[in-house]
Amino acid sequence: MIRLENIEKVYRTERIETVALSGINVEVGEGEFVSVMGPSGCGKSTLLNVMGLLDVPTGGAVHLDGALIDSYQDRKLARIRNRHIGFIFQTFHLVADLSVLDNVEIPLLYRRTPAGERRKLAMAALERVGLGSRIHHFPSQLSGGQQQRVAIARAIVGRPRILLADEPTGNLDSQMGDEIMAILQDLNRTEKTTVVMVTHDQRLACETGRIIRLFDGRMVN
Amino acid sequence: MLQHYLKTAWKVFLRRKFFTLISLFGITFTLVVLMVATALLDHAFAPYPPEVNQDRTRTVLRAQMLGEHSTWGSGPGYKLLDRYARNLPGVERLSISSNPGAAQSFLGARKITLQLRRTDAEFWSILSFKFLEGGPFNAQDVAEARFVAVINEATRDRLFGGRSALNQVFEADGQRFRVVGVVPDVPVLRRIPFADVWVPLTTAKTDSYRNDLLGPFMGIALLQRGASSDEVNAEFMARLKKVELPDPKNYDKIIARFETTFENMATSLFALRGEEETHVERLWAAILIVGLLFMLLPTVNLVNLNVSRMMERASEIGVRKAFGASSRALVGQFVVENVAMALIGATVGFVLSFVALQGITASGLIPYAKLHLNLRIFLYGVAIAVFFGVFSGVYPAWRMSRLNPVQALKGASR
Repeated sequence: MIRLENIEKVYRTERIETVALSGINVEVGEGEFVSVMGPSGCGKSTLLNVMGLLDVPTGGAVHLDGALIDSYQDRKLARIRNRHIGFIFQTFHLVADLSVLDNVEIPLLYRRTPAGERRKLAMAALERVGLGSRIHHFPSQLSGGQQQRVAIARAIVGRPRILLADEPTGNLDSQMGDEIMAILQDLNRTEKTTVVMVTHDQRLACETGRIIRLFDGRMVN
Repeated sequence: MLQHYLKTAWKVFLRRKFFTLISLFGITFTLVVLMVATALLDHAFAPYPPEVNQDRTRTVLRAQMLGEHSTWGSGPGYKLLDRYARNLPGVERLSISSNPGAAQSFLGARKITLQLRRTDAEFWSILSFKFLEGGPFNAQDVAEARFVAVINEATRDRLFGGRSALNQVFEADGQRFRVVGVVPDVPVLRRIPFADVWVPLTTAKTDSYRNDLLGPFMGIALLQRGASSDEVNAEFMARLKKVELPDPKNYDKIIARFETTFENMATSLFALRGEEETHVERLWAAILIVGLLFMLLPTVNLVNLNVSRMMERASEIGVRKAFGASSRALVGQFVVENVAMALIGATVGFVLSFVALQGITASGLIPYAKLHLNLRIFLYGVAIAVFFGVFSGVYPAWRMSRLNPVQALKGASR
């Protein structure tokens, strides 16, 4: 479903050149649940950002459903992300000024979904993650686990085919982390949503279908 | 989408109340000044009773005698208007009146200064005065040099204590007049009709004014419907070429033209010696430039304020981009927020402008001015506010939309 071919990502400043990714070849099939592991700074988040078209690789190619992403025009990438990709971040990144319901509706705004339909889909996503009764709360009124569940609802509201989760349990205790993991596994199992998850937690990684290991920007066995 | 943007905007305004207040203050203050200035310009130039036929009314307010080394500029004289401006093709009616001049009147021992204008009967048919009492003097009154007068409401109150003034007699400029009509006060900014007292031209103390090419008079023409003022002026200037000048050694030509009040202001500000064209476009340009310059400082301040608040919203920008917002969508969102802020400022500005205009009116700083906000001024204010919102929002919005989502999210995570 998503294929990275010989991906390079180099960050250049006036003085320093940092190779974040080098020679990355990875393929994630439809319906897979893949985890990405490695020490801090090895390029896990960079890999996720390139997969999610948030960052442009310095070299190599990204294929989505067999089609080469050959243009990195802002509008085109935005449309692809909106239609096919959902993101879950370690620090949730909920918009503090918006209610839970308004946060979850964000991806649907950029599909020009009518307001009534948006609300219905957002409610359904929140019910899915068990927060149907908190729609008018604000992020500051929720626990960490609840905020992450809202973030998951936001990521799945548009029914993306791929979920990219960057350490989704990193800021949570183990019990909440297990709850989040359960939701992701349920989505993978019942909706056949492809999940790529960056994690430091070996225990959680072992519950996924496959582990990709990185070290110093390269894949290792 | 718009509702979402406005909801977000409201939350952002409330989150940082101090910054919001600073922004609102800048917008409001600028708008109040511009609205008051617009109201003054509107009061001076827009159709306003008794000048209701402004589209067809033209006046000669200036005339110049020119020689190789000499220039003599003044108002047109009675002779210039009477002999060369009457019966011009395209002109339905012509009135000749003097400029208002100070005339002393006495109430008991108290001296009152009135602005007295001498006019003909045509004056009342070109300008649409509404009479509170009586009516205007007519052609026969003028022909027979009757000492009758039309006075304004304020003069009635001052001279007669608010009682009916009809057929009352008063003294002005050493002459005694009988009141035949009372009209509402005409603001001093309305140069063409303004006066406290109007009396027949023929009651002037001497007839010498009839011989002057230049003098303290004005010609007011009501054009026929569909007539072209350019054609009227072409014929008028052709006639002026035949004028016998009193001092041909020093002056070889005389120029004058029929203009709107706005054109006249442009001429007085921008016309060079001997130029016959109006410079309306220069006056418009000057007004626009002054207005834009005045708005520039608060706009730049707002831009800086918005840019400095950018990083506070880095997370939101990163998230919106991650979930499919294009740069254009983000620019649209932030411009909407800014315009919403500007419109809130405009609403406060309108209220304060209303208060300011009432204050100026009540103070008597501009005699008989009745400054107020009308629909036209309101729409100008909305346009100014939208301009503010768009121009102070576009650059910050563009910068915010260009933030790399990864950097934006990273910056927020620190």
